[in-house]
Amino acid sequence: MKRRDFLRNTALVSGAYLIPAFLKPFEALAMNDLTGFKNLVIIQLSGGNDGLNTVIPYGNDVYYQKRKTIAVNPTDLIKLDDMQGLNPNLAALKELYDQGWMSIINSVGYPNPDRSHFRSMDIWQTGSEANQFLSTGWIGRYLDSNCQTCKNPYTAIEVDDTLSLAMKGLTKKGIAVQDPNKLFQTTREPFFKDMVHAHQDHLNEDNLGYLYKTMIETYSSADYIQKTAKTYQVKADYPATGLGNQLKTVSKFINSGLQTRVYYVSLSGFDTHTGQQAQQGRQLKIYADAVAAFIKDLKQTDKLDDTLVMTFSEFGRRVEQNASNGTDHGTANNVLIYGGKLKKAGIYNPAPDLVNLNQGDLQYQVDFRDVYATVLDKWLDVNNSQILNKQFAGLDFV
Amino acid sequence: MNNFKQIKHLYARAAFGIRFEDLHDHEHWSVKKAVKKLFKASEVNEPLLAIDENIDLRYRLNQMEETRKQIQQDRNQQEKKLNTAWIERMGTTDAQLREKLTLFWHNHFACNIGNSLYAQQLNNVERKNALGNFKTLVLEVSKTPAMLQFLNNQQNQKGHPNENFARELMELFTLGRGNYTEDDIKQSARAFTGWAFDRNGEFTFRPRVHDEGEKTFFGKTANFCGEDIIDTILARKECASFISKKLYRYLVNDTIDENHVKQMADVFYNSNYEIKPLLEYIFTADWFYEDKNIGNLIKSPVELLVGLNRQFYISYQNPDVLIQFQRALGQLLFRPPNVAGWAGGRNWIDSSSLMYRMKIPSIILNAGLIEFEGKANPEDEAYLAATRKQQLNVIKRVQAQPDWTKFMADIPKNTSNDEIARFMLEPVANNLEIKEASQINDIKTLVIQLVSTPEYQLC
Repeated sequence: MKRRDFLRNTALVSGAYLIPAFLKPFEALAMNDLTGFKNLVIIQLSGGNDGLNTVIPYGNDVYYQKRKTIAVNPTDLIKLDDMQGLNPNLAALKELYDQGWMSIINSVGYPNPDRSHFRSMDIWQTGSEANQFLSTGWIGRYLDSNCQTCKNPYTAIEVDDTLSLAMKGLTKKGIAVQDPNKLFQTTREPFFKDMVHAHQDHLNEDNLGYLYKTMIETYSSADYIQKTAKTYQVKADYPATGLGNQLKTVSKFINSGLQTRVYYVSLSGFDTHTGQQAQQGRQLKIYADAVAAFIKDLKQTDKLDDTLVMTFSEFGRRVEQNASNGTDHGTANNVLIYGGKLKKAGIYNPAPDLVNLNQGDLQYQVDFRDVYATVLDKWLDVNNSQILNKQFAGLDFV
Repeated sequence: MNNFKQIKHLYARAAFGIRFEDLHDHEHWSVKKAVKKLFKASEVNEPLLAIDENIDLRYRLNQMEETRKQIQQDRNQQEKKLNTAWIERMGTTDAQLREKLTLFWHNHFACNIGNSLYAQQLNNVERKNALGNFKTLVLEVSKTPAMLQFLNNQQNQKGHPNENFARELMELFTLGRGNYTEDDIKQSARAFTGWAFDRNGEFTFRPRVHDEGEKTFFGKTANFCGEDIIDTILARKECASFISKKLYRYLVNDTIDENHVKQMADVFYNSNYEIKPLLEYIFTADWFYEDKNIGNLIKSPVELLVGLNRQFYISYQNPDVLIQFQRALGQLLFRPPNVAGWAGGRNWIDSSSLMYRMKIPSIILNAGLIEFEGKANPEDEAYLAATRKQQLNVIKRVQAQPDWTKFMADIPKNTSNDEIARFMLEPVANNLEIKEASQINDIKTLVIQLVSTPEYQLC
């Protein structure tokens, strides 16, 4: 063994090098300091969820005229007011709604809507205009903004195997963690630790530099996440579904006091061009059961007041159904918000206008970036114009 | 003349990497000769024939729950069989260029369906035309049951057009965004009404549901059929540019050089979309061998696994493990995340996938052990001791056999550690590993370390 290595490895024993210096102050924070530490949980429904069969405008005859075979009967749905009701597969959400923990924002979209999954998902994830191509996500830019608590990759965690564009900033990005223990164990490999240490100063902008940078960030985060998360066991029951497991992991992270502000999870299977009722019904049930378990769990552990949950999809679907008992790609959609401290619970704004359409599609009433702006200003404590590249007025749901 | 660097680069991009003995043999070839040999070896087109039953035909009304379960199990088995058959093919075939391009088209015409027979059929269409003519390829892909089903063209009927296929045809397969209008989509969808497939998985045209009316497409009005639409699209230069750009990202660099792409598009367009001249042009261009284009592409998970399999002659007793690796790394063949396929490049890399990528080679080659000399650290020692204790379990679970004897025999006597490192890693050698490599006595340890680096993720 070389002397240089020996010295280096001796330094390693203390574990000190794993934690970059700038992390220290946060490590030192006691649990008490964490009260009031607000979390945002984003749930992405991929494929373009049909909002009109999620929160159903049953009080509008046009809905039944345009959806002859896939409309939900008034007798089957869960009525919220005399205009809108929930898809019966969302039964688990009724309790949250009645408790004032849920808010429904109707007709959320953007000008000149794009009907391609990828493009529209990119628009939502980057917070761009329809004709603007951004390579950073809105949460990623929040990380870039250097807010007091967003210096570390674990400030934004995606409970998944891969990281979404929404979580990637220019200089910082979130971290994808499906299983914190597994990630931590891989980082214990002596050969890897040696490389991490040896390459701290050799980072270029090319792909090799990118790989090393990712590796170094992984090291500083994996250690912290693992050590913190293992201090808490989730007591509540969650449905045994992918989304259920993801939200259970988020609960573990939140309750263990992880210094993470944004969590990101997703559920796919909403691209219902054919046989929509069965397919969307299955996915909605998975969604509602997991969310209800999560919200009630957080209520039990006293974290609901510090948590805001937002559900979105890249677009809604066309008002008129197609010939194969499905719906084609559409535009504006509802965004669902949950939390213990909502300023305006229930139905936030009027039900979608099914008559004044644009090419058969809903016209948006609320820009999705006004929803983001609200979250950024009032929940994540940064000025939204810094992240969204122009000032949005925001809404009043928190 | 020694073309070590060029030949190695060519094989890293046009194939899945080169073995030591082959490089030793080919390094005195000219680039032109090497390219010619690559095409020669890929002249043969051997379809994948892993699946011979259309399981969809087994379903009946009012089937017993048990029967349905059995069908589902068999369906899963078929999927694994098809997947691993292709992985094995890529890892052993001499027609490397054909498979490499088939993998490109597999991602380009991304399709994710539950019917493995149809998936195999589409894959074979892509393989057959991989180095052929792009127009033929588009047309044949458009007529496969896999694509007709995946993009809902079975439901595309007169009076109720389903636009899914028409949209993806232009957005993803041919022109790219911004080169057509929403109206072009609506009109062309009508031209594809009636394109369908029958019970036997054969393409069939159903005149009764075909819209015979006039359609206005790219400014021309006529009673266009689907073939007319594809002709019109390919007559546009934007199509040649779009494919060239995507191929550039796959074979050359993530960062587009507009000038190089333009040259490629010209060649492609002027040859009426023949793929072979385009590839020859790329592989013999001087810029292809510039330093900035060497060792700077992030291997896809499949390229990483296949590269290992080729280099170390690995055989898998338990194919399930190949599926698990693909899942963990974020690329399961035949199961792209969406119609746009895998995004590729840096999108392959995030915290967890990078750690898996660096660990998997040692799991396959050495039951998870990466020997390391820094033994003064008790934590490290404990880790390595625990890994050694686990080795039998890893072997039992992974059941993969690399042929170390053959691998070692390929390496000429007296090859220095430095040369081995330069051979194993694509990035231009100036890194610390190489310096440190010279101090390792045991070649196997050296090789395991080399394949466990970030550098090995690049090609």
